[in-house]
This record gives sequence, C-alpha cells and structure tokens, in this order.
Amino acid sequence: MANNITPEEIIKKGKLVFSKTALMTDKVLSYCPGCGHGVVHRLTMEVIEEMGIQDKTIGVAPVGCSVLAYEFMNIDMQQAPHGRAPAVATGIKRAFPDKFVFTYQGDGDLAAIGTSETIHACNRAENIVIIFVNNGIYGMTGGQMAPTTLEGMKSSTSPYGRDIEMMGHPIKITEMVAGLPGVCFATRQAVHKPGLVRKTKKAIRKAFENQRDKKGTSIVEVVSNCNSGWKMTPVKSNEWLEENMLSFFPLGDIK
Amino acid sequence: MNEVKLMKGNEAIAEAAIRAGVDVYFGYPITPQSEIIEHLMLEKPHERTGMVVLQAESEIAAINMVYGAAACGKMAMTSSSSPGISLKMEGISYIAASELPCLIVNVVRGGPGLGTIQPSQSDYFQAVKGGGHGDYRLIVLAPSTVQEMADFVELSFELAFKYRNPVMILSDGIIGQMMEKVVLPPQRQRLSDEEVERRYKSWATTGKTADRERNIITSLELKPERQEQHNINLQDKYKKISENEIRYEEFNCEDADYIFVAFGSSARICQKAILIGKEEGYNLGLLRPISLWPFPSNIINEIADRVGGMLVVEMNAGQMVEDVLLAVNGKVKVKHFGRFGGMIPSPREVFIAIKQKIIGGKNGK
Amino acid sequence: MTEEIIIAGFGGQGVLSMGKILAYSGIMQDREVSWMPSYGPEMRGGTANVTVIISDVRISSPVLTEYDTAIILNQQSMDKFEKDVKKGGLLIYDPNGIIRKPVRKDIDIYTIEGAKEAAKIGNSKTFNMIVLGAYLKVNPIVKMENVLKGLRKSLPERHHHLIPLNEKAIKMGAKKVNNVQKHCC
Ligand SMILES: Cc1ncc(C[n+]2csc(CCOP(=O)(O)OP(=O)(O)O)c2C)c(N)n1
Ligand code: SF4
Repeated sequence: MANNITPEEIIKKGKLVFSKTALMTDKVLSYCPGCGHGVVHRLTMEVIEEMGIQDKTIGVAPVGCSVLAYEFMNIDMQQAPHGRAPAVATGIKRAFPDKFVFTYQGDGDLAAIGTSETIHACNRAENIVIIFVNNGIYGMTGGQMAPTTLEGMKSSTSPYGRDIEMMGHPIKITEMVAGLPGVCFATRQAVHKPGLVRKTKKAIRKAFENQRDKKGTSIVEVVSNCNSGWKMTPVKSNEWLEENMLSFFPLGDIK
Repeated sequence: MNEVKLMKGNEAIAEAAIRAGVDVYFGYPITPQSEIIEHLMLEKPHERTGMVVLQAESEIAAINMVYGAAACGKMAMTSSSSPGISLKMEGISYIAASELPCLIVNVVRGGPGLGTIQPSQSDYFQAVKGGGHGDYRLIVLAPSTVQEMADFVELSFELAFKYRNPVMILSDGIIGQMMEKVVLPPQRQRLSDEEVERRYKSWATTGKTADRERNIITSLELKPERQEQHNINLQDKYKKISENEIRYEEFNCEDADYIFVAFGSSARICQKAILIGKEEGYNLGLLRPISLWPFPSNIINEIADRVGGMLVVEMNAGQMVEDVLLAVNGKVKVKHFGRFGGMIPSPREVFIAIKQKIIGGKNGK
Repeated sequence: MTEEIIIAGFGGQGVLSMGKILAYSGIMQDREVSWMPSYGPEMRGGTANVTVIISDVRISSPVLTEYDTAIILNQQSMDKFEKDVKKGGLLIYDPNGIIRKPVRKDIDIYTIEGAKEAAKIGNSKTFNMIVLGAYLKVNPIVKMENVLKGLRKSLPERHHHLIPLNEKAIKMGAKKVNNVQKHCC
C-alpha cells in the first residue's frame, strides 16, 4: 500500500461515523480495557465541545481511578484531595461565578469520604455539575468495598460478600441529595450499551445547561463497571452490571 | 513451637493485632497499607477472638472511632498511609490530650499532597514533632523488618496502656509490601468486658457504678490555669517516657570509623552499604533508632566521641538529621543523604555518599 | 551464601507468585529470605517485578540495584535489568517475545522456552514453574523437596491438587533449560 494516502482519503465522505473527541488529549487512557470511565470522559468532553465552553470550563478531578482525568480532558483542571472535589468546586465557582465548573468523582470519593462535601455543596445549591461514576467498588486501590457495594458482593475488604449487619447498607446517594432543595437535576444513567451512552450524553448536556441557566446543583450518576475490581472480563462485567446493579440502582431521572 | 510464616509487613501487623487480643480496628483503604484491613477481613477475627474490624467511611471517622473505643478502655487501633494520617491528625491531638491508649500505624508513602504510592520516610516530622495541634507527643516506633512489624503491635499496646498515650508505628511502603520470615506470637485472649471495667475504672467510660466517680473523657479545659497544669502533667509523663523507653540497635558502632544513622528501611539499605564498604576497606557502622520519639540522643552523643563523622540516611529531604545534629551538638561532622518522592536510595549510592560527604579524601583505617 | 535475584515480566505471568514460592522454598531450607515486589496501578496489565533474596545470614537491604541473577520474561524487563546483573552473574530469559537479545559478555546466559513448554503441557499457568525449574537447574540453591514444601505452603489449600502438575512443570524447566553463553574473562 502506498503510504501517501491520508486517513481522509481512506474514509470516504459520508462514511465517517466516529472520530476522536476534539477535547480529549492524545494521552493513552490509563483505564483498564473495558472500563466505563473512558466513555464518561468522552461524553463530558463532547458536551463541553458542543456547547463551545472549553475556555470557560474548569474541571475537578477526584482521587480514584479517574485521578488522572486531567491528563485526558483537554481543559483546565484541578485535582482535589480524596472526597473534597465539591468543596474545591465551590471555591472555584464562588471565585468565578460565570465559569462552568464540574466535578468528576467515583463512589468512594463522593459517597464515602466525601459525603459531607457532596451533601453540603448540593444543599447550598452550588451551581455546579457533579458527574458521579458508580462502579460499586474502590477500583484505584485494588477492589475494596465501597459504600455502593451491593449486599453479598465480594470485594477485598468484604471477601465473604458484603454483610449488611456488619458493614451497613449500600447507599443511594443520588436519591438522598435529590431530596435537597438545592438540587435541580438528579439522574442515574449507564454507558454499557450504545443507547444508554446517548442518553447519558443528553443528561450531561442538560446538567451543563442547568449550570448555564443558574438553576443549582445537577448530579449525573453513571452506573458503571469495574471489570478489574470485580475480577471479570469486560463483557461479563457488563452483563453482571445489567443483572445486578440496575435492580438496586434503577436508571432514569430522579428529579 | 511458634509458627514461622512468609508474610508481608502489612499482613504481619494485621495478624499480630488479632493475636495480641486487640478489640477493635477501624480503617479506610489506602495504598500501600490496604493489606492490613484486607488481611483482617479475610481472617474473620470476629470468629477467632471476637475482634471487631470495620471499614470506616473515611480516615477522620476511623480515628474518631478509635477515640471512642479507646476511651472505653479497649485495645483500639487504626492504620493508614500519609494522606490518610494527615486527616487523622485532629483526632490524634484529641486522643493525646485525653491521654488515651491506642495504636496508629502509618505505612508512609511519598508526599506532599497526593504524592506517590511509593515508599518514603517524609512523615518523620509529622510523627515525632506533632502533626496535630498543641504540645503533645506520640511514642513512635520504627520497624525495619517484617518481624518487627509483628512484634511492635504488642509492644505498642504495652506502652500505650502503661503511659495512657497513643503510640504510632512509623513504617513505609517497603516494609509494608515486602515479605519476610516472621515468627508469630501466640494468641492472647482478649480481656473480658468485666476485666476492662475493673482494670481501667479510674478513667475509662464503662458506665458509672455506685462504687466510683463518673469518668469523663474530654480535652476541653476553659480555665487557663488548669489547662496549664494539664500540660505540665503531660510534660512530666513525656519526661518519664523519655527516661525509660528509648530503643535503638547498633551495628558495629564500637569500632567503626564512621557511622550511618538511619531508621526503618533506610537502615536496611545502610547495612548493605556497610558490607560494600567492608569490601573496599572501610570500617563503617550504623546506629538505628527504633524509638523515634523518645529519640536515642544520649547514645548518639556518646558515639560522636568515637567516630569521625555520621551520615544520616533518610528517604526524605532531611528530617531526623535535625535530631541527630541536636544530639551530637557539634562534636563531629553530621551530614544528610536522602532520596525522596518515592525514590529509594541504592546501597552503593549511600556508600558513595558517606565517602564524599563524611570520609572525604581520607581512606579507612 | 547470599543469592540476590530479580524476576521481571508482565503482570499476569506469575512473576510475584514464582518469587513467593522461591522464597518459601528458602524458608523450608532454613534460610533467611526477603521478597520485595514492585507495586502500584502501573501493574495493571503492565510490568511487574520482584526482588527475592535467599541467604544464610541476616538480610540487609531488600531493595537492590545489582543482582546475582536476573530472570527476564519480557522485552521491557530485558531493557531495564540486563545491565544490573553483577559481573559473572546469571541471566535467564524466555526468548518468546524478546526482539533484542542480551549483549553482555561478562555474564552466564541461559534460555528457557517457558511459554512454548507451558503450551505443550496444556496449561499456561505452569509457565512460571517451568521458568523456576530452569533457574533451579542452573543454580540449585534450594532442594527439590523444599521447593515442593514451599509450593504446599504458598498455594492455598484448594489448589493443592495442582502440586503434581507444578512439579512436572519444574522438572520440565530443568530439562529444557539451554545454556547460550558462559561468561568470559
Ligand atoms: C485521604 C485518602 N484516603 C485514601 C486514599 C486512597 N484511595 C485512593 S482512590 C480511593 C477510592 C477510589 O474509589 P472510587 O472513588 O470508587 O473510584 P474508582 O477508583 O472506583 O473509580 C482510595 C480509598 C487517598 N488517596 N487519600
Ligand atoms: S480498576 Fe476498575 S474503575 Fe479502575 S480503570 Fe480498572 S476497570 Fe476502571
């Protein structure tokens, strides 16, 4: 094959169905193959690109597998201490009320160590977007139990399955904060199927539009997989998600 | 016969805690120490001894759970690594002020901030000089082997209850993650509730009975005169600890020409540097502080009379070296060599450093 | 006697467990041992290595930069560790996937077709035991009986039925190891 053919020539006009998201950097994602984090990154960046707000957006990365989100999202970002992203985002938003501010957090970050920051940011109706990737486990640190780990689910700190009596119930934090007047939009989505990916993108778009319209806090929960932490193949983990996670964490708008 | 096992330092701490009869462990996962809570969960200590193990929602919650349980006279412990230990500092200050016995394990990783998960010794200052607010001291023990990780659990509780003072085991990612041979102590029985009530009735909140005054655990004292007296009492206790609880290990300090001063895994690296030095005709030694507070100042001062200089080797930018300088008080040359941010010095690098910084042009004897 | 070994390859090749079995075998032979792994998220599908030291005296530094033996199971590890073998030391590698062969002339070099032999046995998990067998043939620091005891100790009870298969793999490695260079000078 002659090597002077450009990609544009190979992909004939009208046949192009997907290209790299403009606001994703060229860095290779550090996520395990099959992990949902990458999709949620892409959707967030697509929304920011389509709204044309790259120059007005500041993101906050958590501590969790997505701690390196700033490596992949081609926008200005800050990296917060574990669980503190909503407080850091509050600082940014109060300092720059006209900018777009969002946090990107895992379930351990948002619903365990950061519960207080989550609740109080929502209660103050901080005009920010919270993107919450719920994979029911601590991925980054090697698969320990999360506040969202399902009853009976095995993890490295619940090796015999989550025992409700000893370890408490899995927490539905999106429902909890939906009850606060400061929250204008609370929804639960997923990204393991194409149709759901499109819905999630719409939800993220709506959340950023709420921020533009100064409506208060929007939280978009994405029920996702952690194939490494769950010790499954990516395909199996998506099946498991469908069969187990969604009955406890049903999809759809909560508020 | 005692059991010999191959274990990680983290696993050894967990197993030793079960065997020491610890009542409660509260913790939150963080690398490089998550194996402590993972091993505990795997071992079902509630079935083995009745020990309670709980994954808290945060390090802040965990240390305050320890506060509550310790104030009941129970053997309570927590563990974490650097960023998590920073979060515990408020609670640690309260525990020290309230004179409660407990064990806090720090498997140090490189900072500041989120830093790195690789090993470091950069929390020395935080451990021995305060970290939390107010004039308080922790008893700080620095293991350098997996065996010591196991042994120091029981020792820590012994000291903690003897002085009603929190004890910290200051380890690091190397000793936490490495496996070595370990001889495990025999299983001790946990104290019964009645025994706890009887032993600690002078201070623990176990429920007021007719035969004693109420026990209140607080660190608040609004009258400055009384708060000063409380501080004086604490200082008296710290003085007693300083007089009685200094621990260290010497390697060839009797006739070495120059010595290293190093704790924890740095001391292991220095031992190898001594061997390299021997091959090249140098007579080197090592003083390894085991209790970082109280610090073995007197012995270091004595050795300063015999040697030509000391190199303090630490995986930080120079922390313990300040205590060595105070101890030596200008008698001989003291220099620091460190790698940090998660980098580990190689034995050869350490040997070259003592040659360049301390020995200078002169050769060994 | 002190033997300082680095075992390095991909995560998932059984590098860490091979080191653990070696260390346990050392204990069974009444030796001092240490096992220090690389750790962290970069291990997710990335490289993994472990330093194992077996000695008849107290072990000093568990972390090293020079080794008596390097057991190399992928190209990255070859690039990283070939230079760290002590002069006159030993390098064993599986040529599968190695595109740049070792160039050192001052060390002994052996190859073991671990991946190929594991495929012949029909169980890819025997790979690390084949490599271990190759190493122990070249440098019999622990006796076979102690290796089997070490295996028994380090494998969880439910995997004990696999011990005969592992023994077979170790023997296979011992048989198939191939000397490609004796150090000169
Ligand atoms: C103060 C503090 N405590 C603990 C940790 C260790 N830590 C890092 S990530 C993490 C949990 C991450 O889980 P989650 O938020 O669910 O995100 P995921 O990795 O699953 O995407 C923990 C406990 C830390 N870095 N800082
Ligand atoms: S550990 Fe889990 S959450 Fe983290 S990148 Fe891998 S699959 Fe994703």
